Amino acid sequence: MEVSTACRERTLTLTLHGELDHHGAKGLMDKVDREIEAALPLQLVMDMKNVSFMDSSGIAVVMRGRQRMRELGGTLALVHVPTQPKKVFDASGISRIVTIE
Amino acid sequence: MRRTENYVKIEFLSRSSNEGFARVAASGFAAQLDPTLDELGDIRTSVSEAVTNAIVHAYPDQLGRILLKMRVAEGNILELTVRDWGRGIENVEQARQPLYTTGGAERSGMGFTIMESFMDRVHVKSVPGKGTTVVMRKRIATRAKTGR
Ligand SMILES: Nc1ncnc2c1ncn2[C@@H]1O[C@H](COP(=O)(O)OP(=O)(O)OP(=O)(O)O)[C@@H](O)[C@H]1O
Ligand SMILES: [Mg+2]
Repeated sequence: MEVSTACRERTLTLTLHGELDHHGAKGLMDKVDREIEAALPLQLVMDMKNVSFMDSSGIAVVMRGRQRMRELGGTLALVHVPTQPKKVFDASGISRIVTIE
Repeated sequence: MRRTENYVKIEFLSRSSNEGFARVAASGFAAQLDPTLDELGDIRTSVSEAVTNAIVHAYPDQLGRILLKMRVAEGNILELTVRDWGRGIENVEQARQPLYTTGGAERSGMGFTIMESFMDRVHVKSVPGKGTTVVMRKRIATRAKTGR
């Protein structure tokens, strides 16, 4: 899946596009890792507005981002989460440990 | 077993590109039950979880066949069966626990938990070395028809 990147004042925003399933997530973890390494942000924002579908494959990606940000002493926020992915986050308990706006 | 009102069977190869195909097929078949967008989301997500498991876990280093059977049973019940002839699961009860995974960092161990949360019933039968069958059922609420 396609990822667009924006970095401003140590906030790294990754906007994900398309279907975040096992097929679409291939290479996404590495991409998230690389973007974090390059930007060393204090906040990571994952913008989900263009995610048309997400299953548990998305949970692993978010947990990876959260882990990396913790190592850097920073935070992770998910923004513009559509209804279907939101339900997956709720069912898996992610909503309790990650900020969802 | 409730009376069958309709069914389809689709067999496909365990290529990851078929995850999206399986979701589209399930949406298309479920349409006859006039589900809400929310119910449709639950169906697409559950099919995606079961089919991805077959692709990732049943056939970790080869391609194999996957059968998706979809049935409408009396009483507005949608039944989805995902079957593979792959590696199988040693301990199904353990596999169904939240966070249990043999899949490494790419997986979170939440697939079965999501299926259980989105469907009314999830039944798993597995024989190590022979394969796994996941049967999921959901009653689709009947709604007052508009028009006609
Ligand atoms: N069709 C299958 N064939 C063989 N093993 C399976 C199958 N489905 C599930 N499993 C086993 O059950 C475990 C739990 O499955 P579950 O879907 O809950 O989590 P996961 O696939 O590991 O991670 P996630 O679904 O969150 O990406 C898997 O890690 C795997 O060991
Ligand atoms: Mg899974």
